[in-house]
Amino acid sequence: MAVLVILESEAGQIRQASRSAVAAASKHGEIDVLIAGDEAAAQAAAKLPGVRTVLHAPGKEISEGLAEPLASLIVASATAYDHIVSASTAAGKNIMPRVAALLDVQIIPDVVAVVDSDTFVRPIYAGNALATVCSSDAKKVLTIRSTAFEPVPAEGGSAAIVPMPAAPASDASRIVSVTVAQSERPELDTARIVVSGGRGLKGSEAFHDVLEPLADRLGAAVGASRAAVDEGYAPNDLQVGQTGKIVAPELYLAVGISGAIQHLAGMKDSKIIVAINKDAEAPIFQVADYGLVGDLFEVIPQLTAAL
Amino acid sequence: MKILVPVKRVVDFNIKVRVKSDGTGAETAGLKMSMNPFDEIAVEEAVRLKEKGVATEVIAVSIGEPKAQDTLRTAMAMGADRGILITTETSPEPLAVAKLLQVIVGRENPDLIILGKQAIDDDMNATGQMLAGLLGRPQATFASKIEIADGRAEVSREIDGGVETISIALPAIVTADLRLNEPRYASLPNIMKAKKKPLETIDAASLPVDIKPRLTVVSVVEPSERKPGVKVASVAELVEKLRNEAKVI
Ligand SMILES: Cc1cc2nc3c(=O)[nH]c(=O)nc-3n(C[C@H](O)[C@H](O)[C@H](O)COP(=O)(O)OP(=O)(O)OC[C@H]3O[C@@H](n4cnc5c(N)ncnc54)[C@H](O)[C@@H]3O)c2cc1C
Repeated sequence: MAVLVILESEAGQIRQASRSAVAAASKHGEIDVLIAGDEAAAQAAAKLPGVRTVLHAPGKEISEGLAEPLASLIVASATAYDHIVSASTAAGKNIMPRVAALLDVQIIPDVVAVVDSDTFVRPIYAGNALATVCSSDAKKVLTIRSTAFEPVPAEGGSAAIVPMPAAPASDASRIVSVTVAQSERPELDTARIVVSGGRGLKGSEAFHDVLEPLADRLGAAVGASRAAVDEGYAPNDLQVGQTGKIVAPELYLAVGISGAIQHLAGMKDSKIIVAINKDAEAPIFQVADYGLVGDLFEVIPQLTAAL
Repeated sequence: MKILVPVKRVVDFNIKVRVKSDGTGAETAGLKMSMNPFDEIAVEEAVRLKEKGVATEVIAVSIGEPKAQDTLRTAMAMGADRGILITTETSPEPLAVAKLLQVIVGRENPDLIILGKQAIDDDMNATGQMLAGLLGRPQATFASKIEIADGRAEVSREIDGGVETISIALPAIVTADLRLNEPRYASLPNIMKAKKKPLETIDAASLPVDIKPRLTVVSVVEPSERKPGVKVASVAELVEKLRNEAKVI
């Protein structure tokens, strides 16, 4: 019984979400990992505790992360494994269902608990229900929700690295450009504190001038509701919710966010939730540990100053 | 250029679904049903491509109970030219849906297939990618912009940390994210016109596809409720609670 975990790296480090995937996989037996990327990424993968072998696909093309070559590579490596696992990041969601289809199995996305080697728990209906499902497929292809599994540490192991042959380049799909926002703030999905802003901020100026100073004072990541993203206050990858990022920090501050089902789906597993909203009836207060009814334009600068 | 748009009938996004008391599933009886919001975005995009003269025909396809024809009529009221309904009493998983769609793709040979990125009921986020895998065709998921030129689609995709633009050769599969467009409301005359558009019905059982589920639902439960919180009267009180009670700052 062995598991193949598909890893993602960033600047030579294994992403925390991928380390959570390794933690989830450790319940199924021996762990091998597959990583596309440079030598530093392979070295980082080899240091993960509990990993037996690193399958390393070097080369620029495969490292770009396009779904077609990566899915083919994973499928070519799949024979020896009963479980193929990745984090449910944007990349994992893009690639793993394609892998599952090529293997003729039903993907099991967003796993939050592993019951046994065939049985998994996953949220449905924006997290308003938790379904336990048992798979009859010979191989299981899953993505795991990283907030539900404590990541393995970045160091402690010394796995062997095996190079994987690069798939031949194809023109069917190619990268035109990638724009990644540079931020000094912690990553949204793994931050200890998240400060999120909604439509109540009324503009991108306030998002920058009122909300972000609070986040910086707390050393927090910044998040946003869909409305705030749609209105252009914040970039799309900061959207928290059913169809955005799922976060579960120790402290989540929802500022000028009403608390729609779709937003709650992305943050209601946070340890402590603070809601600041001028409408005492806003649904966000139903999930908040501490609610403060007030005008955010007065409250947030006061709060920033008080910390 | 032909575009195929699969659409799903789901519980309306405004409704908070409850779990059945026997733990076998979600209670959907009597709830308002609508087209999956991401599929509306997919239909809108296809119709816009037709209005721009890029596409010549938009075909909507749905898989589900006979009632899913309402969803197809909505798609046609938005501007789809015709509909195909594959009827089944079960609720097929994404793999099975992708296999059924593969049959339709074989018949219709669309140049582009646009799907919603995820259905808001099972939240699987899988059908488009699975269909692309089965067809061996390129995929561009989570699209926030699509441009068609020279037999290729240039698609901006929402990824972790930013946006990526890729170019894929047609025929291809694209899945729609929220920021791709804002779907129109169908006008009354268009709703009337849609009633006369062709709608073909196919029994899933008549197709050479095994749609038996691979996953058995063992149980469906409500997530644990959060402990009720308190309202604080001032910023000072909030800071005090966060420091000394919750100990998170
Ligand atoms: C398919 C689909 C997927 C979706 N996915 C997501 C998702 O992933 N994430 C998500 O967030 N949403 C999602 N949504 C959207 C969701 O339904 C809501 O529309 C959205 O979350 C609302 O954002 P908001 O709370 O910022 O805005 P609003 O609902 O407009 O709330 C603004 C709040 O600000 C408060 N406010 C205004 N002024 C002030 C002030 N001066 N001081 C204090 N408070 C103030 C108001 O009282 C109000 O409660 C999705 C919707 C659909 C249909």
